[in-house]
Amino acid sequence: MTSWLEGLARLRKYPSAVAGLLLIALLIATAIYAVTAIPYSEAQKLWRGGDAWQDLPVNAGPAWIDRLHGGEAARTVRASSDDATIREDAFEGVRVQETVLELDFEYGGFPSEVNLFLNSDFESRQPFVRLTWRTPDGEELFLGARRVGATERVSISQDQRLEGRLGYPPQVGLFTDTPPGTSEPAVRQGTYELVIETVQFEEQASLEADLVIYGQVHGLFGTDHQRRDLTVALLWGTPVALAFGLLAAVGTTVTTLIIAAAGVWYGGWVDATIQRLTEVNIILPLLPILVMIGTLYSTSIWLMLGVVVVLGIFSAGIKMYRAMLLPVRQSPYIEAARAYGASNARIILRYMVPRILPVLIPTFVTLIPTYVFLEASLAVLGLGDPVLPTWGKVLHDAQAQSALYHGFYYWVIGPAAMLMVTGLGFAMLGFALDRIFNPRLRSA
Amino acid sequence: MTSAAQTSPAPASGQSSLLDVHRLRTHFELRQWGFLRAGTVHAVDDVSFQLNAGEAVAIVGESGCGKSSLARTLLGLYRPTSGTVRFAGESLSDLRGGALKAYRARVGYVQQDPYGALPPFLDIRRILAEPLIVHGIRNRQEQERRIDAALEEVGLTPATDTRGKFPHQLSGGQQQRVVIARALLLRPSMLIADEPVSMLDASVRVEILNLLHRVQQDHRLALIYITHDLSTVRHYVDRAMVMYGGKIVEQAPVEELLRHPLHPYTEALLGALGDPDPQNAGRFRAVPGGEPPSLVTPPAGCRFHPRCPIAQKGLCDSREPSTRTPRPNHPVDCWMRE
Amino acid sequence: MAGPPLLEIDDLRLGYATERGTVQAVDGVNLELRRNEALAVLGESGCGKSSLAKALLRTLPRNAYPPTGQVRLDGRDVLGLSEERFRREVRWVRIALVMQAAMNALNPVVRVGDQVAEPLRIHRGFSRRAALQRAAEAFAEVGIAGAFLRRYPHELSGGMRQRAVLAMALVTEPDVVVLDEPTSALDVLTQAAIMNVLKRIKQERGISFVLITHDIATSSEIADRVALMYAGQVVEEASAQAFFTEPAHPYSQRLMASVPRLDQDQPPAAIPGRPPNLLDPPHGCRFADRCPERFDRCSEPPPATTLKGRHNVRCWLHSKSRGATT
Repeated sequence: MTSWLEGLARLRKYPSAVAGLLLIALLIATAIYAVTAIPYSEAQKLWRGGDAWQDLPVNAGPAWIDRLHGGEAARTVRASSDDATIREDAFEGVRVQETVLELDFEYGGFPSEVNLFLNSDFESRQPFVRLTWRTPDGEELFLGARRVGATERVSISQDQRLEGRLGYPPQVGLFTDTPPGTSEPAVRQGTYELVIETVQFEEQASLEADLVIYGQVHGLFGTDHQRRDLTVALLWGTPVALAFGLLAAVGTTVTTLIIAAAGVWYGGWVDATIQRLTEVNIILPLLPILVMIGTLYSTSIWLMLGVVVVLGIFSAGIKMYRAMLLPVRQSPYIEAARAYGASNARIILRYMVPRILPVLIPTFVTLIPTYVFLEASLAVLGLGDPVLPTWGKVLHDAQAQSALYHGFYYWVIGPAAMLMVTGLGFAMLGFALDRIFNPRLRSA
Repeated sequence: MTSAAQTSPAPASGQSSLLDVHRLRTHFELRQWGFLRAGTVHAVDDVSFQLNAGEAVAIVGESGCGKSSLARTLLGLYRPTSGTVRFAGESLSDLRGGALKAYRARVGYVQQDPYGALPPFLDIRRILAEPLIVHGIRNRQEQERRIDAALEEVGLTPATDTRGKFPHQLSGGQQQRVVIARALLLRPSMLIADEPVSMLDASVRVEILNLLHRVQQDHRLALIYITHDLSTVRHYVDRAMVMYGGKIVEQAPVEELLRHPLHPYTEALLGALGDPDPQNAGRFRAVPGGEPPSLVTPPAGCRFHPRCPIAQKGLCDSREPSTRTPRPNHPVDCWMRE
Repeated sequence: MAGPPLLEIDDLRLGYATERGTVQAVDGVNLELRRNEALAVLGESGCGKSSLAKALLRTLPRNAYPPTGQVRLDGRDVLGLSEERFRREVRWVRIALVMQAAMNALNPVVRVGDQVAEPLRIHRGFSRRAALQRAAEAFAEVGIAGAFLRRYPHELSGGMRQRAVLAMALVTEPDVVVLDEPTSALDVLTQAAIMNVLKRIKQERGISFVLITHDIATSSEIADRVALMYAGQVVEEASAQAFFTEPAHPYSQRLMASVPRLDQDQPPAAIPGRPPNLLDPPHGCRFADRCPERFDRCSEPPPATTLKGRHNVRCWLHSKSRGATT
């Protein structure tokens, strides 16, 4: 339809429309990047947490913000036995391995946590390890000795006795040479070593060790309390939000429009039924119904989408479209179409609906973020989709973990910013479209 | 109850007529709150007339006289309350489905408001393709051929200049030409034009009337030209019928009607019309007082009697006038004419 | 019809800003109206006649550029008045407007009596009672029973609404009443009745009328003088006698010939072609494209030529005629 294209071409004259389009383009690009870079199954797995995230720090802020104000917060540093030199001696029928994990710690801030992951392979007798910490100055510190199971996590930073010996929490005390109680501890930068002496009782037994010095900051958007990278949620939240918003907006608008047009065209009891249904439906509160379904049945995003669309069909929109379509029904061109024999379906779909479509485009565009927000609200209420990472669920977790109270502002700001960008982009475009397609609002 | 048309002039050629309207009534129920009966609009009340193939008639009347309701009933857009409409021997109310669709193809419709009559969101080619698609002509080349032929016939030459345009890009006269082209596309045998020129400028009116006249002659179409303006009737139709209060009160060949109006209402219409003449400014016109009758509660007796200068008490206000033919071929419903 | 002009329009120009450029709707119009004279401004849609009416009342839409030229009322330019002074001293005090009643001229939720009385209360400071009293008199004058004062617009027939709109223009006793297509939506009999009312008011009250219409026959019902507009310009201005019997401009002649008539045997003749686009009007005579009498000179703008007896015509054919003054 040329008249539509003319209208769209006029968009260039509205800076807000251009800005809105850019924001939307950015969101779409993000969505495409997300689904191509992180496949759906991968995203699900990543978001379920667990092993996938064991290398990430807990509640770390975004790295770039630290860099922005010149901070030197610690990043995560790993050292693995795969890269280490292993010396082995036979001794009294057992094997003694010495593994030295080396790592360079060059940050101004202390790490948030220190963990050692040990995986040993043995048949019946567990290996025995001795852990020694060696500072850049060559001082050695005994970190303890223990028997090791098949998989073992040694939470060095949780070691109460070590903390007592160091006078600081271990993640601080291990990286400073400031004596406790004198002044603020300062980081001693340099190469640290963790020496693991392993006593293997079996011929074939082996041990893998990974030392993770967790940073204070991580990635673009930081991490949450389960060490999950928020970047994944924010990236994947984009296609989910856009798809939900778009599908819900299309689903409700199109069906509502067709039903409204049919009601107007047939009139009589058809119209009356549609109107009464709408009136009943309008006073039904959508959110509590969704909460109820989510609680009692399922929180699948597709189910929610379906319910939103079904409940959205007989919405106030029907009244609005009806008011717009009533004069259209009286148009001479509709009468002409009847006179040359057009069927009812043709009149409704080809002659009535397209007549008001241009007017609906702005409404439609501004409707999309409404549904995005609805989906987010559901997730905030704890009714988010169980498997998909979404913005709303990040907000839900943040709230549940009192993120703002603990100062984890990035946890809230990330998803909130995404939601705001979505709202802003569609709203700016929608308002510009409104001025184009509803010229009565246009001031000369 | 009788009306002028029951003794309407026999078709000149003696053959059976194309359209035969007999004692047609189209009433509408007025309802309050959707179900309470609040009254009945007697939009078309006992109308009978015949129309031959190739004959052009005018139906003249003021707004609210029922002339548009008559047109819509003839188009099958309104259901008649009683009476029959026979088109080429078939009763309109018996037509269903395919037969009704075939009837619609045989009757073209030209409306008053040319801009409103064209869907604003389609281009002219698409607008004209619609009736063809509805009637099963889906071959693109056949469509193009017929659309171009129709556009050229109504004087929108070359057709390629008009085809791709949208209605708002055309002038009122051009829009009305497109409407006429659409009415002709399905090769009808009858055309119903409801006030086709009243929204157009003076100089364009004549063009459109000339065009309607030409296509009517070229295709030997039966034409029903509905108008409120008696001055546009001459030269374009053979016969004129005057409608008042839902009834046809007088009908005659055009020249006869203009020269020897019999019904006081027709006389009043002619008296109110003036050709442009500087003398007009100096004289007052004789205009009957009052307003056109309500179609919900029409006056008893002759519907014109409350405004009629020659109404007779006790006769015109109580008994409906019968049809008489004081002059040949010129029936009129008026007690005062013999 | 002697006496000094009551209203003079001098080189009035007026354009609208549109997306495609400036539409010069009124392009150098000169007209004068004397006391108790009725001037019909004739023309087809888009010729600028309605813009002229709106410029007189200053009710132009927002995309109109401020008009240039002069509109003098009793010799004083009112075009340059501030909006506030125009409202207090001119609009409805000296010049009133009658719109088509079908077109939102009446507020649907206010009783017609109050609407007719409104101008008196605004412009003359009448009390409601006194204003309604005057409104009743105005109703009687235009032929509506006083009982209708208490009705709402939708309870009135089209003809009565139009009469009410007319009464609203008359209550403040203005010198000039501008009638913008006052009868075009009405039936023949109602039209004639309203024209009768206008004729009587003109005789009895000595009001001057500017009748804006596209209907030539209607204009002949009241006009003393006729100005025919084409593409933003007045192409001919003459007494009604001269205009309706011997139109001088080729367009006037063609337009008169296109009117369907009851008492002439020859059928009306259409004018081929369309008016020029006012976004880019031709340099020369604007009717030249459609004019059978055009010659080389017509590519230059024709001068306004005055034939004998206040008969002005803008056409090269007449520029050299005897008695003409350019």
